[in-house]
Amino acid sequence: MDLSTTYLGKTLKSPLVASASPLSEEISNIKKLEDAGIGAVVLYSLFEEQIRLEQEEYNFHTTQGTDAFAESLSYFPEVEDYKLGPELYLEHIQKAKAVVDVPIIASLNGSSIGGWTDYAKEIERAGADALELNIYYIPTDSSMTGAEVEAQYVEILKAVKGAVNIPVALKLSPFFSNFSNMAKQFDEAGADALVLFNRFYQPDIDLDEYEVTPNLLLSQSSAMRIPMRWIAILKDNIKADLAATSGIHTGTDVVKMLLVGANVTMLCSSLLKHGINHVKNIEDHLKQWMRENDYNAVSELQGSMSQKKTADPSSFERAQYMKALTKYQL
Amino acid sequence: MKGKKYLTIDGNEAAAYTAYRVNEVCAIYPITPSSNMGEWADEWSAKGIKNIWGNVPVIAEMQSEGGAAGAVHGSLQAGALTTTFTASQGLLLKIPNMFKIAGELTSTVFNISARTLATHALSIFGDHSDVMAARTTGFAMLASASVQEVMDFGLIAQASTLESRIPFLHFFDGFRTSHEVAKIEVVEDDVMRAMVTDDLVKAHRRRALSPDRPVIRGTAQNPDVFFQNRETMNHFYARCPDIVQKNMDKFAELTGRQYRLYEYYGAEDAEKVIIIMASAAQTVKETVDYLNANGEKTGVIMVRLYRPFALKAFMEAIPATVKSICVLDRTKEPGANGEPMYLDVVNAINEGLDSGYGTLAEKPQIVGGRYGLSSKEFTPAMVKAVLENSGKNARNHFVVGINDDVNHLSLDFDPEFSIESDKVVRAMFYGLGSDGTVGANKNSIKIIGENTDNYAQGYFVYDSKKSGSITTSHLRFGPDPIESPYLITKANLVACHQAVFLESTDMLKNLDKGGTFLVNTPYGRDEIWNKLPREVQSQLIEKEAKLYIIDAQDVAEKSGMGRRINTVMQVCFFAISGVLPRDKAIEAIKDSIVKTYGRKGEVIVQMNLKAVDNTLENLYEVEIPAKVDSDTSLKAPVPAGSPDFVEKVLGEIIAGRGDDLPVSAFPVDGTFPIGTAKYEKRNIALTIPTWDPDTCTQCGKCAMVCPHATIRIKAYDPALLKDAPSTFKSVDVRNKEYRAEGLKYTIQVAAEDCTGCGVCVEVCPAKQKTDKSKKALVMEPQLPLRNEEIKNWDFFLSIPEMDRNKIPLNSIRTQQLQEPLFEFSGACSGCGETPYIKMMTQLFGDRMLIANATGCSSIYGGNLPTTPYATNKDGRGPAWSNSLFEDNAEFGLGYRLAIDKQTENAKQLVKELASKIGDPLAEQLLNADQSDEAGIFEQRERIETLKAKLNEIDSPEAKRLLEAADYLAKKSVWIVGGDGWAYDIGYGGLDHVLASGKNVNVLVMDTEVYSNTGGQTSKATPIGAVAKFSASGKPIKKKDLGMIAMAYESVYVAVVAFGSKDEQTLKAFLEAEAFDGPSIIIAYSHCIAHGIDMSNPLKNQKAAVDSGQWILYRYNPDKILQGENPLTLDSRPRKMKVGEYMEMENRFKMLMKSKPALAKQYIDQAQLDAEMRFKHFQYLAAREGEKIEE
Repeated sequence: MDLSTTYLGKTLKSPLVASASPLSEEISNIKKLEDAGIGAVVLYSLFEEQIRLEQEEYNFHTTQGTDAFAESLSYFPEVEDYKLGPELYLEHIQKAKAVVDVPIIASLNGSSIGGWTDYAKEIERAGADALELNIYYIPTDSSMTGAEVEAQYVEILKAVKGAVNIPVALKLSPFFSNFSNMAKQFDEAGADALVLFNRFYQPDIDLDEYEVTPNLLLSQSSAMRIPMRWIAILKDNIKADLAATSGIHTGTDVVKMLLVGANVTMLCSSLLKHGINHVKNIEDHLKQWMRENDYNAVSELQGSMSQKKTADPSSFERAQYMKALTKYQL
Repeated sequence: MKGKKYLTIDGNEAAAYTAYRVNEVCAIYPITPSSNMGEWADEWSAKGIKNIWGNVPVIAEMQSEGGAAGAVHGSLQAGALTTTFTASQGLLLKIPNMFKIAGELTSTVFNISARTLATHALSIFGDHSDVMAARTTGFAMLASASVQEVMDFGLIAQASTLESRIPFLHFFDGFRTSHEVAKIEVVEDDVMRAMVTDDLVKAHRRRALSPDRPVIRGTAQNPDVFFQNRETMNHFYARCPDIVQKNMDKFAELTGRQYRLYEYYGAEDAEKVIIIMASAAQTVKETVDYLNANGEKTGVIMVRLYRPFALKAFMEAIPATVKSICVLDRTKEPGANGEPMYLDVVNAINEGLDSGYGTLAEKPQIVGGRYGLSSKEFTPAMVKAVLENSGKNARNHFVVGINDDVNHLSLDFDPEFSIESDKVVRAMFYGLGSDGTVGANKNSIKIIGENTDNYAQGYFVYDSKKSGSITTSHLRFGPDPIESPYLITKANLVACHQAVFLESTDMLKNLDKGGTFLVNTPYGRDEIWNKLPREVQSQLIEKEAKLYIIDAQDVAEKSGMGRRINTVMQVCFFAISGVLPRDKAIEAIKDSIVKTYGRKGEVIVQMNLKAVDNTLENLYEVEIPAKVDSDTSLKAPVPAGSPDFVEKVLGEIIAGRGDDLPVSAFPVDGTFPIGTAKYEKRNIALTIPTWDPDTCTQCGKCAMVCPHATIRIKAYDPALLKDAPSTFKSVDVRNKEYRAEGLKYTIQVAAEDCTGCGVCVEVCPAKQKTDKSKKALVMEPQLPLRNEEIKNWDFFLSIPEMDRNKIPLNSIRTQQLQEPLFEFSGACSGCGETPYIKMMTQLFGDRMLIANATGCSSIYGGNLPTTPYATNKDGRGPAWSNSLFEDNAEFGLGYRLAIDKQTENAKQLVKELASKIGDPLAEQLLNADQSDEAGIFEQRERIETLKAKLNEIDSPEAKRLLEAADYLAKKSVWIVGGDGWAYDIGYGGLDHVLASGKNVNVLVMDTEVYSNTGGQTSKATPIGAVAKFSASGKPIKKKDLGMIAMAYESVYVAVVAFGSKDEQTLKAFLEAEAFDGPSIIIAYSHCIAHGIDMSNPLKNQKAAVDSGQWILYRYNPDKILQGENPLTLDSRPRKMKVGEYMEMENRFKMLMKSKPALAKQYIDQAQLDAEMRFKHFQYLAAREGEKIEE
């Protein structure tokens, strides 16, 4: 049975891809993912903002209280090989590349145009097979228009594409006024793939402490409905590859995503919940389904239920529940 | 740069530079001011920097200097080239080994930054009392006078010790030389190899102990042979000076720098000569030049080799024409006929003339004097006075540099006398410890040293506070090597880096005529003049000064630098001083920023570069009006009406005029009044907490965590409010019992004493109903609130303290109503130790004696000018003393022995006098239950009754009992210190005291490093933490002191963390005090050395406990007798991983960022250790108690 697929210019042995998550912080996990049959690994994200904050934090702690009291003019030894830039991340790419054969896709979250392009170049130099831009941005400035927000996304993409030669994927949220237009803009700007969709960190409130608390919920299968819809809609309208992410937990979930047209399906919550070996279960389910439904290759089912290829294309467009009425025409 | 290699470094680095390169093993231990030498060696070793033989020296931190000396001795005996670094008390601890090392003719060099020995007081500063105490050990003693000499003499000493077999003590002045930054010529490795030859090293190794050619050393000998054996080594000492001179000559051939054992400098026909050692010799040299140029005939003999004292060479150094000699000693030997070097010289000249050495025609007049104790300034003016002290009326055994109005031994000198050269640019900078002034100045020196042919010198003066401290930087630049080891008094430029200094510090007294005054101020060109006090205005006019201003704070903030104005002020300095052309200076500063901050990341580099660019356009010159017209004057250092001693002595010290105080101002035995910190209104907080009574739950936590006791709580009779200031806040008390009495409740801040740390806000659990971003305490700017809060604070103090018997101690809520008897210390803002001390004084302060180990707590607890320990309205309070670092447990036990003995005497007398004082009273006095406040209160009342009766009895016994009666009331002994003391240097004594069974309480404030000396590793340091001496992370887990103490089964043990469970902390203190035997409380103390946010440190304490890294428990042996399990585990199973806790602190994060794989290994190990420890404690705490059969 041929599970291979293409994504970002590479042929992957399987459409199952590990999405950016803490799992990839350990090289041993990356190896385990490969052993479990993963097709590619997206590394955890390098955050420009975090690098900046860490530099400020380090500067603060190594400066705080110094040169103030005669007996203690400093509180820490000078450490020369302190890695405050992206060095550890870049080393991680190199180490990952050295231990596995599957493609390693780096993930980057920048906070300035210079940051996006500089780090993208360094990531390319470190040997990443491709780069996923994790544009993770909540616009809170009320004076900023939707068009400006959109332009900013495109600007980042263009800048990075202009800076590196490796394929560039864009991981996005669905929160645009017209996502299909947005996708088209990205397509025209040269995106090699769109990764649909980013799950936003959703803070909760602790009622005992009256504090906003970080609370990252693992996804459920139901979360895949939104990306599934958009992949179906976009499949035959843009050149870029499409990666499905959010809510993919079972082989059935994978099948659905492939049917609507995903090049790859990305796994995160399910692996965090069930462990890395769950990749095998999903693959087994996928194979079983394909066997039962007489598919020999993933490529056969990919996109076979895109919007254009469904009996009722409007079903992907309905916004509210309403009885699906057959269209009668005289 | 003249083809030579230069470095701009301080004396400690220069010493370490040479020692590291010519040794293989360094055994070290931190002590000011020598710690940095060991730190440098450790850092270089961690980086793999090699010695001249291509291997990386091994650095071993020991548990004490005594341990370091033992390790050095052993390492030498086993054949390695071995060194150590120390000072002061540390050197004293090495003396026993030094006798052995010298007695065995073993080659080594000890590098000493000479520091004052503690006598009537401790002093971290420099003099020769330590090295003079070691002069009988048999070590050769070589003195360096400058940073250059430190680097050079380290090598000459190494070559000489290997050749002569006499061990060397190479010393230089603590702080003055150890911390002076200077541009010096580097001794290259080739020179070192030429001096320390392989055959010398081979000979050293051949003498080592080895089972391949076994010998025995360190035998015991008897009267028949010891004496003869001791005399065998004389010829080694006789040869030693020639070897040193030979090596000095060889060094001169290699480097061009010629030194002599006794180096004469001055007029060939000098009549007056000073003999002196170390840095002050340079001052004399400079002054002699000046005086001779003005027709005097003076000179100086700089003593390099003090031991062995080379009689002939010394005599040959003295010009034939000399008529009077003055020997200056930087030490005091009470009771001697003179100080050590003076006596040496008297003897040398007598013996030398008898032997016909030298060219002296006749015996000159010889006088001796003391100077410079504890880094007291020694200036050209003093040198002049000393040289003038000759002839018929010459005073012998004088002192110079102070006003001795008691013994009348001091020489007068003209403080205005100055010999500063016009070729030297002199600048002084007044900064705050936290604003980066010193760092910027060190940087400027490097820029000038490295970018020009100019020589540079920097010396930095710090005050005695750990928070809000003022720093003064003294910088000189000039075309010739700078040999002026004294502070600047005629500056071309004075810079005031904080506008607040203008209110109270007379900075312009040191400005030379025509000089420049640079002020960082928020006021503009048109406003500034009116904001200057009269004293400042008048001096600017009189001195025809130039005035420049900049709003550095604004520039820094706009550049993203926050409160760090260092780069901004540095640019101003270069722009104004003209030391470098402006463009070149800016370029050099920018290069330096890239170099200095590069390792901290691009973001930091960019913000500094931005600050440079933003500075010049905000720097303005202000025209100085012709008339003084200010309404304000410099503020008095202490409030009007302060006690006489506070005003006349402490106030002068606060004002920076301590040098002018005469001998008569001081107590003879180091005894000072307590409770004086309250007079030093420092006003260092930018923001202070304000209280919202409606939101407040009256939990008391804010007062509990306040490190400086500046948040206080009172519950009181509402009638008192009738005189309250209008902004004084109060609310109905919530406590049921007090509510029934109708009491009011107030939380008040001491606005002028608060440091603005914000920990009270962090701990406050109550958030305002309509705005959850605000709590019952909100930080607000201090300045607009200051005046009204001063009134409120004064009113608050006038409200009587609540009757202690009415304060339940079973919860923080009520316990915090107790009056703290420890307030406004100089501890760091947000300190994690002081809340424990404060609670201890609240609970037991009126009956406690404190033995305080040297360290942070002895510095903020007992460093002049003022003292934070205070008294209550009855005049009772903690009696406090510091003996040493290493002996604190024993010192405290001594208190207990003395108190118990005197109590026993008093009880015996009560028994003897029972019939006269009345049997019932005697009975009650002897059998009083003093286990709680009420019991102690009643006993004190009985003692007063007793005293009244005794006054009417005329017998010797009654008089004796009258003296001893107070010992019938309970006295509580507390032994207090940090982990460096308890885990390392004082552990042997602590262990013995815990085993003694005596009723003493030990409080270990565990910061997990030597905090006071700058964060060196102790055995309390946890695995994976980066600390000094553990630059690659501590590889071994923390010692479990609590478990060791529990092993005795007779010691009360508690491990606490107030930021996690304050109620458990309170219980522990009460139980420790109640336990009639030794108790130890090990208290988690967050610290600036952890690399945490000191305004928000309690979350770290919580995380330490929640992760299981720090386990809370109490072990009470009394429970064993009650048939219960003595161990109560107060920690719950972990809520987070140890790694998550570690991620919160820079000390661990540093390793994660530098050596991630190693860090992970340590984190995993820490997790495993934490889990195993917790299971072990769970197991121990779950055991059922056993009924002990009577």
